[in-house]
Amino acid sequence: MHKFLIRSFVSSLVLLFTLTVAAVAKDVKAAFVYIGPTGDHGWTYQHDVGRKAVEAAGFKTTYVEGVPESADAERVLRQLANSGHDVIFTTSFGYMNPTNKVAKEFPNVKFEHATGYKREHPNVSTYAARFYEGRTILGTIAGTMTKSNVIGYVASFPIPEVIRGINSFTLAAQKVNPNIKTKIVWAFTWYDPGKEAEAAKALIDQGADVIAQHTDSTAIVQMAEKAGVYAFGQASDMDKFAPKAVLTSVENNWGPYYVDRVKAVANGTWNQKDTWHGIGDGMVVISDLDSQMPADLRSKVKKLQADLASGKVHSFTGPIYDQKGNLMVAEGKTADDGMLAGMMTYVKGVEGDIPK
Amino acid sequence: MIIDINFVGLIIASIMASAVPLILASCGELITERSGVLNLGVEGMMIIGAISGFALMTVTGSLIVAVFGAMLAGVLISTIFAFLTQTLITNHVATGLALTIFGIGISAMIGKNFVGIPGKEFPVLFESLKDTIPLISPILFGHSIVFYFAFALPFMTNYFLKKTKIGLIVRAVGDSPESASNQGINVRLVRYACILYGGAMSGLAGAYLSMIYTPQWIENMTGGRGWIALALVVFSTWNPIKILIGAMIFGGLTIIQFHMQAIGVRIPVQFLTALPYIVTIIVLVVISRDSRKIRLSTPSSLGKSFHKDN
Repeated sequence: MHKFLIRSFVSSLVLLFTLTVAAVAKDVKAAFVYIGPTGDHGWTYQHDVGRKAVEAAGFKTTYVEGVPESADAERVLRQLANSGHDVIFTTSFGYMNPTNKVAKEFPNVKFEHATGYKREHPNVSTYAARFYEGRTILGTIAGTMTKSNVIGYVASFPIPEVIRGINSFTLAAQKVNPNIKTKIVWAFTWYDPGKEAEAAKALIDQGADVIAQHTDSTAIVQMAEKAGVYAFGQASDMDKFAPKAVLTSVENNWGPYYVDRVKAVANGTWNQKDTWHGIGDGMVVISDLDSQMPADLRSKVKKLQADLASGKVHSFTGPIYDQKGNLMVAEGKTADDGMLAGMMTYVKGVEGDIPK
Repeated sequence: MIIDINFVGLIIASIMASAVPLILASCGELITERSGVLNLGVEGMMIIGAISGFALMTVTGSLIVAVFGAMLAGVLISTIFAFLTQTLITNHVATGLALTIFGIGISAMIGKNFVGIPGKEFPVLFESLKDTIPLISPILFGHSIVFYFAFALPFMTNYFLKKTKIGLIVRAVGDSPESASNQGINVRLVRYACILYGGAMSGLAGAYLSMIYTPQWIENMTGGRGWIALALVVFSTWNPIKILIGAMIFGGLTIIQFHMQAIGVRIPVQFLTALPYIVTIIVLVVISRDSRKIRLSTPSSLGKSFHKDN
């Protein structure tokens, strides 16, 4: 009896050991670190949709939501790296330094940092989306659809990503309608429905009849619907929140990239990369165009979309001047990625100053 | 730019709309605090009201069920607080903070299935009168029933506390629970009732946000308004009319700073965004600086547990 017990104990230990070894060898575990809650229906929500795509591709994933961009982030990253995750996606700009710091301590774990530019160690990659390409399309639509020639823009924080979006939007709108003015309101939040709605209302009361946003909630498109003006969805297709107001949305589509990278880890082909994908690679997706838009505008937008995808058209093609009239990009040239990544000046036609 | 009179009316109307949740939650908390109980769980009760209202509206399709359900949810969660602080005599501050954390967490959990669902349109009253009188009409007409209730509430609260016998009892319990108890008043019962009432009003404030103001559910959508409401109660020195003034200033500056930005006023935006917080506190402190009145209106036993068994 004793012998039997010991034997079965030993054999189950052996079995367990082989299983664990097999699991380690085969399964790749991916972790995601989120700045907001997955329930924000905006930035973090879309990253989580991407995570689910990784899960659907047969990999194990974990996520930690609401992680502040402070020393807390380091602690979370260290814990994830320690608990057997092979690749960790850090999905907010402010995780840049913590990611690089922890990456140094765990050379065998791969780190993927969204929207950053620091790759201090060979196991750190960065990735971002060319959302400004989507905003070129929104600007074209806004410039065509506006009757008051006043376009409202609810912005979040004065960082290059947001400034680039405002510029790309304004340049495109001016191209189809030289008389437009873009009024910017800074909400100083990514995500506060009440405040976002109030900002949009202020712009509408001041005559804006098309509202663009660079904040995350659906409050702005709902406010536009109530006031009877046009708006654009942000991060996900917001059409169902405001069927009359929303002309189209720019969707963030991280899934394909995430699946790709996790597969690369599994195959051992992962290497350090700096990825900046746009409409062409499917990381930026334009939702269905609303039927309220005239047919010729819709076909124009479709063509623009194809040209942006193929690279035939660039959102920042010269001549581009800043607010003071200084030449930023010469005629026939396009802005390079370095200029885009650090863009902190408004182009001509944008009203107001960038908050410092 | 030319400022026409209807534009002013529109701005005032949006200021009032943004003040509604603050007024509701503050007036509720004021009654709670007047009975001597400090409930720091306003933010938590508000967010519970927001998710309950939105969830019930989505599931049952009835706005009435949703509004009353949100109030009931506020009552239920404040019952936990009441039981802990009044029956088990726990510390008010710690329990209230726990209530907020609990509320934010549980609302996120319930809310998982309600993200990304558009809300229903909430009916407004007197819509047809909206364009009759310039300036006045947009302010008076075309709002939800909750809006009108919120603006009547400070006056009703004032009347209740000053002119009714129950109001007197509430104040007595808050000022000197021992004497009230000696007079045969059931202190614990009064405090229970006041806590639950505060919960109901916070729940309604949350429902206003998720069903009327920005009809949607997303996590943390109250965005700290519960804390603002709490601060308003203190800075108004427990006076419901001053709560109304404070809420209007706070909402007003938030909205006016957006207008100033859109017009292109050259003041640092960071300063403009901080303005509502700074000015509201300054104004309320200035209008309430009479120290004798502060002593009179501050509930003397605020935040202190009452041990006597009734």
